[in-house]
Amino acid sequence: MSDAQVTREGLENVRPGREARIWSASNGGRRGEGPVDHPRSSYYGNSIINPPVWEELDIAGYLFLGGLAGASSILAAGGDLTRRPTLARRSRLCASAAIAGSLTALIHDLGRPARFINMMRVVKPTSPMSIGTWILAAYSPLNFATSASDLTGIARPVGRAAGLGAAALGPAVASYTAALIANTAVPAWHGAHREMPFLFAGSAASAGAGFGLLAAPLAENAPAQRMAMAGAVAELAAEQLMERRLGMVAESMRTGTAGKRLKAAKALTALGAVGAATLGRRNRVGAALSGAALVAGSAVTRFGIFAAGMASATDPKYTVEPQRARLDATR
Amino acid sequence: MGGSGDGLLNVLLAGGDPATESGYDDHPPRMGFFTDTSICIGCKACEVACKEWNHVPEDGLNWTGWSHDNTQGLGADTWRHVAFIEQRSPVGEHQSNFQRDADSFRWLMSSDVCKHCTHAACLDVCPTGAIFRTEFGTVVVQADVCNGCGYCVPACPYGVLDKREDDGRIFKCTLCYDRLEVGQEPACAKACPTDSIQFGELDELRARAAGRVEQLHEAGVVEARLYGHDPEDGVGGDGAFFLLLDEPEVYGLPPDPVVTTRDLPAMWKRVGIAAGAMLAGAVVSFVGAGRE
Repeated sequence: MSDAQVTREGLENVRPGREARIWSASNGGRRGEGPVDHPRSSYYGNSIINPPVWEELDIAGYLFLGGLAGASSILAAGGDLTRRPTLARRSRLCASAAIAGSLTALIHDLGRPARFINMMRVVKPTSPMSIGTWILAAYSPLNFATSASDLTGIARPVGRAAGLGAAALGPAVASYTAALIANTAVPAWHGAHREMPFLFAGSAASAGAGFGLLAAPLAENAPAQRMAMAGAVAELAAEQLMERRLGMVAESMRTGTAGKRLKAAKALTALGAVGAATLGRRNRVGAALSGAALVAGSAVTRFGIFAAGMASATDPKYTVEPQRARLDATR
Repeated sequence: MGGSGDGLLNVLLAGGDPATESGYDDHPPRMGFFTDTSICIGCKACEVACKEWNHVPEDGLNWTGWSHDNTQGLGADTWRHVAFIEQRSPVGEHQSNFQRDADSFRWLMSSDVCKHCTHAACLDVCPTGAIFRTEFGTVVVQADVCNGCGYCVPACPYGVLDKREDDGRIFKCTLCYDRLEVGQEPACAKACPTDSIQFGELDELRARAAGRVEQLHEAGVVEARLYGHDPEDGVGGDGAFFLLLDEPEVYGLPPDPVVTTRDLPAMWKRVGIAAGAMLAGAVVSFVGAGRE
């Protein structure tokens, strides 16, 4: 609810777009003028759906970290199987750190963090958050096991097997989050439900491979270079298709905070991909900088998508106009 | 509680009684609200009665300037919300809520509430099973289970659920589940002095509402229309539906809401394809990669 307060200096803490409309103030209070006509397209500009109550740092951060973790697990297992030990170890540790950060963010974002265990009461295919919980419940321990085994040298065969298990679940961890946010009434997220899985998988691959370029020596980074380029191209292409599909709702991705972030993200991702293609196997510094740009590009993409969702949820036109157009088309 | 674990097919394909589909073998008829806004006088007795009965905390002592609205919309601490709309609009003799002068205008007043959808997105997405379907076909959040994940908040196409910030959990209208269980009508309907809020068996309410629209049309109120009454709509029909005198968006209601989980099978399919493509791409990245 609003925290707006009337003070001697005027209104304070008024939420944007929800300012009081006091007709007597706008027309000098003359009698007979009547109130300002109520807008026909919304209720005082108020949002129709209630915007997500998720903290941006927690949830946009998780979308990024989950993707980074999932892709890093794949690279780690690949590095392990093809005898690229540095790539394998560093990607493995990156995945563990990223998934630890993810779990922390997810639990922190709960209104009642001590009740996170209630997530394990049911298995519901209709709730991507429920399915995601179970995916993470399997994926995280495998990840921690393979990292612990690698660091301590204890039970290496078991640790390697756990790493392969984590890699098998990695793509699910990286892409289910698309269904998580698309399965809402948020216009920018739901409207993009067809492209979001590919955008997220591409963005995750680009982040994980970007980390590989950053962390692995030139002798071991050929797979990361290839995966980085493929991921970046998939991310940029899916985003293009998504914005075309969204129609008027795409405005929420092109303007405001979301617009700035997504523009910056595209530039970082494109720069990182070109850098990876040209310098990735020739120059250690060039490879590292390209990798860093890809990791940053993926992170900014997720924060951009999050901001676009919030903007599209807050302004009622993004809810009303597509629904109105749909109704008019069937009438 | 039979309703907490609705299967995907159950929710997406069935179109009958929600309590039956949620696993209740023997249950009372589906109960709901018909809110006839043409006789709402904007007294907010429903808001007050709801707060009193359900111990809903104060929701902000604000002056919005939105006509006489000070609660703004449904949320964790506002389970009934009376909307006030002032329109400069030609009015007929038949209408009670008008002021006739040179600039005649009309007041639209409407008491909004949780729709208790046939296909409820909040119930579908709840990962803890805190939200369940009652034997009356209504949708209730169990406060002792909810962990405040907030997924139901943006899932609701109507903007009904919200987080109580100082509590952390999600709250909404229960259609007075405790009162229904002992044969009492919900507090808001009980308090409504004009019977704008009518409580009863949904089938009966739908029939009554159809008759009321016909009556209003005959009286010349051509703008009267029902909202949320149609079992064929995007949420399978609302358990709480309305008679409105203007387009839904004027009242802050979505014109054509669709339960988000209708598209979820398509989403899962694409998540599967994307995940497979990601793994395949990674394999190709390794298999074809040369060595220094």
